[in-house]
Amino acid sequence: MDALGSVSVALAGSGGAGVMTAGNMLLEAASHAGYYGLMTRTSGPQIRGGEAAAMLRISTFPGDGQDDAFHVLAAIDWQNVARFAAELPLAPASLILGDPAAGEPPEVFTKSGARYAPVPLKVTAAEIAGAWPNMVALGVLAGIIGLPAASLEAAARKAMKKGLEPGIAAAQRGYALAAQLPALRLAPPPARSDRWLITGNEAAGYGALRGGVRFVAAYPITPATELLEYLAPALAKVGGTLVQAEDELASINMALGASYGGVPSLTATSGPGLSLMIESLGLGVAAEVPVVVVDVMRTGPSTGIATKSEQADLGTALYGLHGDAPHVVVAPNSLEDCLAATEWAVGLAEALQVPAIVLSDQYLGQARGVVDAPALGSAAVARLTAQGGEGYRRYALTPAGVSPMAIPGTPGATYTADGLEHNERGTPSSQASDHAAQMDKRARKLAQLDPGEAWASVEGEGDTALVTFGSCTGPAREALARNGKGVKLVSLRLLAPAQPERLKKALAGVKRVLVLEQNHSGQFLRYLRAEYDLPGEVKSLRRPGPLPFRPAEIQHALAQWGSA
Amino acid sequence: MGQRVNAPGAPMLAPKDFKSDYKPVWCPGCGDYSVLSAITKALAMLALKPENVAVVSGIGCSSRIPAYTTCYGFHGVHGRALPVATGLKAARPDLTVLVASGDGDGYSIGGNHFLHACRRNLDLTYIVMDNHVYGMTKGQPSPTTEPDWSSKLAPGGTGLREFHPLVIALASGANFIARAYSGDPNGCAALIAEAVRHPGFSFVEVLSPCVTFRPEQREWKTMVHPAPVAATDDPGRAARRLMTDDGFNVGVLYKGKRPAYARANGGNQTVEALACQFRA
Repeated sequence: MDALGSVSVALAGSGGAGVMTAGNMLLEAASHAGYYGLMTRTSGPQIRGGEAAAMLRISTFPGDGQDDAFHVLAAIDWQNVARFAAELPLAPASLILGDPAAGEPPEVFTKSGARYAPVPLKVTAAEIAGAWPNMVALGVLAGIIGLPAASLEAAARKAMKKGLEPGIAAAQRGYALAAQLPALRLAPPPARSDRWLITGNEAAGYGALRGGVRFVAAYPITPATELLEYLAPALAKVGGTLVQAEDELASINMALGASYGGVPSLTATSGPGLSLMIESLGLGVAAEVPVVVVDVMRTGPSTGIATKSEQADLGTALYGLHGDAPHVVVAPNSLEDCLAATEWAVGLAEALQVPAIVLSDQYLGQARGVVDAPALGSAAVARLTAQGGEGYRRYALTPAGVSPMAIPGTPGATYTADGLEHNERGTPSSQASDHAAQMDKRARKLAQLDPGEAWASVEGEGDTALVTFGSCTGPAREALARNGKGVKLVSLRLLAPAQPERLKKALAGVKRVLVLEQNHSGQFLRYLRAEYDLPGEVKSLRRPGPLPFRPAEIQHALAQWGSA
Repeated sequence: MGQRVNAPGAPMLAPKDFKSDYKPVWCPGCGDYSVLSAITKALAMLALKPENVAVVSGIGCSSRIPAYTTCYGFHGVHGRALPVATGLKAARPDLTVLVASGDGDGYSIGGNHFLHACRRNLDLTYIVMDNHVYGMTKGQPSPTTEPDWSSKLAPGGTGLREFHPLVIALASGANFIARAYSGDPNGCAALIAEAVRHPGFSFVEVLSPCVTFRPEQREWKTMVHPAPVAATDDPGRAARRLMTDDGFNVGVLYKGKRPAYARANGGNQTVEALACQFRA
């Protein structure tokens, strides 16, 4: 058997068993050993306790999709872990590791044909004062993957603040236990390169800072909270301000107020919060105040499944605003793209004086990955400001649609920003001609946007196109990397304003289009149908969250079509 | 306070310098004309410059005020004036920020923000023109409307007790609480100026009659009277006083000593330096 290019392991257990801690250390160890890696997480709704699983993929290549199945499922205990069965697919060649003290693995896992090997995690941990079974499990996993013991120790030293020595001892015992278990033959690591270990939420937060954001209004919501928690200390370090708001109605309006004051501003939320912010996003459109909202999507409608991913806020982000309200919607299509896409969104918002929504999701946001160090762009985009003077017109009908914005404190250019329709000076007006002129102006700003190559990731050549966006891009890329002859990938990054001419060019010669998305109703397909001309036969591959697409499914869908 | 004032010796601006040439949408006789006058007088008294003042509002008759001044203005959506002002003041502490609202905008749809703005205690001045009615939508009961006031939407009255904004402001942590009457623009101006000078969140409730939907409010001029005792800094005494007064006691009723919300001194690291934590 050839050595594996990647190994996928899941570590499950009840909350408090430390599976996330151990998972993070395994990822650190893999990084230390020179591998790429990705850790995604799933958890139940309980505040503490309940079930949780860290899902890791350690690889010789970069990427942020999950594999078709897990090579190893290790459980510290089996309490409620069966609830995740659909998220933890196993194959007949997979290995199930469990503590005999915790009973037999549930049938939902063993029916895959995977072999079960008992490992005495609890008993082994009990032999060392102050050690815990999760550290033994960490050692076992590092051992069967074949990570160097030195990397394991280095990861523990980096991560653990207390109980370090017993922790390392327990991991070493586990590492030794792995010698009696079937080993995974992971290929040697690739050549060393400059890499980052980062979550999508951190990447988006850092992108915001790079884009120039210096004011953030925050209201906690899963799974966007970590983005705000990253920004709280980071903003303070660069002289910015974060205010915790009383609700999302307040957070979006605080961001608008700060931006009106000349300070690039952002808030982050998830679906329920986005719904609350929508009215005020329209205010940002009408009053032409730049603002960025990062929507880390989770399953909906309503509260949905707060801890799990779905791409179902697309319709709201694109069409949720009342009135004709042109704005920007950007979707990062990989973990590291959360940085570039958010930075880009800030630049677009500032340059066009519009609200921009960044559609991330729980999968990307809470995934932690070892990625190639991102190529960092140039300086932040500066807003077009007014210096004052006679006859200042805040909403002047310029050819580009963007008019100089006076920042409070500037003499001779005072004006009132208004959600009421207005004339060029900003004076409220109910005249048809002013409404038409200002609507034209606001539409013109976006119509004239030239996104360059950034509008989409277009990869490969062929007469079949796989068209997708956001977190579906990772598994799509992998499917095509395995067997993508004759298939072109188009992953849209700029969703609004739509780029029909660009997509038309990208799809020239294409006879079949497979539209891939993670929601129930096909929101992306309907958006494509509404805004673009799709050539040839069109099929939809979709399902609601939280189950991510796996490369084999995409390969299968393409193969059924006879094109791959 | 870090707010910009005219340099010594600079020519003083007159109230008219703070008034724009836009014609208000208000009905003849509306109390809000006098509140506009009072605000412009207060800004002149404070020797501020229009470009260093921002007037933020939501939706309603009162919320039309920003464009009638020559200051920077923000006329946002219904109920959200305080969050806009909070973001602006937090990001730009050098500006003097006034917030204008009404009893519907401020106490009903924006009620939650009122509590939290009081609690947060940013250096803002919140001027609420209270006429006990939704005027812009032509006469519906608001949170301060009397329970037996009959209207199309609530025939025979709402039967609900009035909301007590001053008590709520005190309980929520406002640092300055005053009641003013629009019929006395000079007195109102003096209260607004004092509210601006006082650090932290200052709340000025202005009785501002709606002569169109509540013509009986013309009688307020016979009912208002100066507060008989000076402002207290004791929240306990203030609570008792606010709970038991007749609603027409005009003057400063509470002056607290809480320090205004202040952000920590900003760091001066570069964004590039922050990338260190991500290096694998």
